[in-house]
Amino acid sequence: MELHQLTIAQAIEKLAKKEISSAELTAACQQRIQQTESQLGSYITLTQEAALAQAKAVDDRRAKGEPLPPLAGIPLALKDIFVTKGVKTTCASRILENFIPPYDGTAVRKLIEQDYVLLGKLNMDEFAMGSSTETSYFKKTKNPWNLEYIPGGSSGGSASAVAAGQCLGALGTDTGGSIRQPAALCGIVGIKPTYGRVSRYGVVAFASSLDQVGPMTQDVRDSAILLNTIAGHDPLDSTSVNRPVPDYTQSLKTDVKGLKIGVPKEYFIEGLDAEVKKSLENALEQYRSLGAEIIEVTLPHTQYAVPTYYILAPAEASSNLARYDGVRFGYRSPNAKNLTEMYQKSRSEGFGPEVKRRIMLGTYVLSAGYYDAYYLKAQKVRTLIRRDFEAAFQQVDVLLTPTTPTPAFRIGEKSDDPLKMYLSDIFTINVNLAGLPGMSLPCGLSSQGLPIGMQLIADYFQEEKIFHAAYAYEQATEWHRKRPSL
Amino acid sequence: MSISYETVIGLEVHAQLKTESKIFSAASTQFGAPPNTNTDPVTLGLPGVLPVLNMGVVEMAIKAGLATHCEIAPRSIFARKNYFYPDLPKGYQISQFELPICQRGWINIKVDGQEKKIGITRIHLEEDAGKLLHDFGDSDFSHVDLNRAGVPLIETVSEPDMRSAAEASAYLKHLRDIFVYLGICDGNMEEGSFRCDANVSIRPVGQKEFGTRAELKNMNSFRNVERAIEYEVKRQEALLADGKVVVQETRLWNADKGVSESMRSKEEANDYRYFPDPDLLPLIVDAKWVERLKNSQPELAHEKSLRFQKDYNIPEYDAEVLTADRSIAEHWEKSVQGLKSLEAKKVSNLYMTHLLKLQKETPETFERITSEKVIEILHLVESGKISLNMAKEVLDEVAGSDKAVADIIAAKGFVQISDTATLEQTIDKVLADNPDNLAAYKGGKEKLFGFFVGQTMKALGGKANPQVVNDILKKKLKS
Repeated sequence: MELHQLTIAQAIEKLAKKEISSAELTAACQQRIQQTESQLGSYITLTQEAALAQAKAVDDRRAKGEPLPPLAGIPLALKDIFVTKGVKTTCASRILENFIPPYDGTAVRKLIEQDYVLLGKLNMDEFAMGSSTETSYFKKTKNPWNLEYIPGGSSGGSASAVAAGQCLGALGTDTGGSIRQPAALCGIVGIKPTYGRVSRYGVVAFASSLDQVGPMTQDVRDSAILLNTIAGHDPLDSTSVNRPVPDYTQSLKTDVKGLKIGVPKEYFIEGLDAEVKKSLENALEQYRSLGAEIIEVTLPHTQYAVPTYYILAPAEASSNLARYDGVRFGYRSPNAKNLTEMYQKSRSEGFGPEVKRRIMLGTYVLSAGYYDAYYLKAQKVRTLIRRDFEAAFQQVDVLLTPTTPTPAFRIGEKSDDPLKMYLSDIFTINVNLAGLPGMSLPCGLSSQGLPIGMQLIADYFQEEKIFHAAYAYEQATEWHRKRPSL
Repeated sequence: MSISYETVIGLEVHAQLKTESKIFSAASTQFGAPPNTNTDPVTLGLPGVLPVLNMGVVEMAIKAGLATHCEIAPRSIFARKNYFYPDLPKGYQISQFELPICQRGWINIKVDGQEKKIGITRIHLEEDAGKLLHDFGDSDFSHVDLNRAGVPLIETVSEPDMRSAAEASAYLKHLRDIFVYLGICDGNMEEGSFRCDANVSIRPVGQKEFGTRAELKNMNSFRNVERAIEYEVKRQEALLADGKVVVQETRLWNADKGVSESMRSKEEANDYRYFPDPDLLPLIVDAKWVERLKNSQPELAHEKSLRFQKDYNIPEYDAEVLTADRSIAEHWEKSVQGLKSLEAKKVSNLYMTHLLKLQKETPETFERITSEKVIEILHLVESGKISLNMAKEVLDEVAGSDKAVADIIAAKGFVQISDTATLEQTIDKVLADNPDNLAAYKGGKEKLFGFFVGQTMKALGGKANPQVVNDILKKKLKS
């Protein structure tokens, strides 16, 4: 096995035993990036020299016998939505093309406190608006399993990089499925924790009531390790929740006898790809054979999730993105002759079409005369969706659903049809609207050799149940060991 | 035949709260710092930042609400008010919209001796915006100073209960007194820490429906608020007299020209697209907290004035002058309580004629005149060692130096003559030297009493104890 293929857990062990150095590990990832990046386009920014310097510093300290935190010297990468002090943070937008932040966000600070190694910043849909990473201003990222296919989005660069061994793990963000959908399409593990579990401070905001940070890794254990590090209350984020963070690696158990797994009937709809459906049925069978109890449940308001989301998320986004006005930072049009022109041209030239579409949608639904009919009504539906889940979790420990209706689609296939694109998040969006934790993990490969993912959903702050159910499945199957032949 | 109109006024008052740090970040609020130095990532609205509510701000808003008889909401909501302007870093202002922290209050004002209750619709919390600076010589650009951005504000919205510029001014002054007394705002209209917009309309006397209103802005003194409202009323009356209509609009007061100018009409008004700020949780105010604040509320100017009149038997005028400034009121009361026999009215006179002047003219040295010093000096007046006039001179010296009271008195040679024998001797001589006046006095010209006092004082170089001189003279003139 080559160094860049190590899981985080394996690398931690080898570093501790001094079988490898962080510099070797980092260099191996960088070499892998060099070999594959021209095909994949996962990264927006590479921090090569700084990464090696960080790795060497950790090696020096280890050589001296200094006590080191678990993630010390582990080479990771960040979706380019995470604010990083001194390192360009673009959000894949022209409007932030040259933005170098003066501060670090909380999740990043927690990784820095662990002496991690930052390999670079990963490609994404512009401002996380998209499901294919095609709306990035800079480049299109390819799916490492088939370069003609999209990696999913918006954390497509993160999923592609982890699947291809360009980093040991990555952080993504998930507003409507942006961690889970690309994780499913690239055959890796990605978890969106409960809203409030991880601080949003220093994460460029898309839709504040839905955005959540999470790990994207090769297997379930690695996600538990990263979530252990980044979770917790943050006084700088009023919506982060003050409750203790358990050690998620303690939940990695293989015995699921008596575990109640709910299957929402509304998720097995027409339009669900036959191979995806088959993979899910196999997974259910697997769980049954492991001793879990499968129970059909109902989430009656599921069909309203997509329209509800496409009112609330754009509403919040239209306000969150108002700060990109050319006044203090970011792109300012050189063609403006007065203040109004400065606003209009900076934003017209700085934002891409999908971002503009959502700003317009959001502005419309908040406008006088429309607010009650759209925004307020959507909030009410959101409550109904939340109640659906609350009722389901009276009966079951976790819910199992497909992560996406189909495996990855071809580059360009849906980019002209926003509605089709929006529907690719149909199974993940509800989880954000409800604020629940959800994980995608690999559960099959299509006949074309594209990964298929399944989603585990648990009640608020019950990430441990997800890790438990996911680990048991993972250990009983081989899907997580499959890697693209790139 | 001309119709007579009634004026209807409602005020919106923005008061900056006196906190050390901003409403949603730890950046300083200090006034007058160099441009853009009181900023941090939150103030600048950088990508990824989040607001965290400063609870000191909430406490001040509750105090304001309690002092104006408002209901304090157990749950209130922060909302975003969206609009573009270069002094607004995030492209929205965090404010409160549907559920403000205080509602349904009132205060009493007094105009021409008449009390009147003015309703307060609401008091809500919000952040201030920055400032644009335009004066940069030949530069085509304006500059942005974000020091003020994020400074905490409370906006107090009145009911349309005022019927004249004088009432509006009285309301504004009273509200300012309350906030200053509470120690939550410094009330400086020129520096902009206390700002007022006025909604003004007129309607034929007896009509119930309100007329179309104009909103007046940019009035940075009490005087300008009155002038702007008076101008607006005349403008609207003239329009109606010409058979025209008043249009709903925002008008800027130009103090130099003494006129207001239209800024924007209703059609040009922003749609602020208010919605609850998803970055902030609902603000929950515990009833026990409100109760605790209620119990620790300071006595306000009006109540203090009534109590001074009752407890110290001083006239209403004195009580109002003394209580206009909370620190002076407390200073005065402490002094009076430290005295034995001197009448409160005399102490009040001393403050009104002398100490208030000192405080205004030399505020930096006035601090040396503590209540303890005043008591020490007035004890000498009570014991007859010095006169009240001498006391004033001693107080001037106390403010001007660090000298001890005893040293000042010694240096000035202030020794009051209260010795009866010396005084009787001098008075006998004065009476003997002025037989004509003595005869006139005895013939009924009682005004001459002052003449004899003056002569006695003159003979003793002004050092005689006037009270003792009065007593002896009265006795001698009777006989």
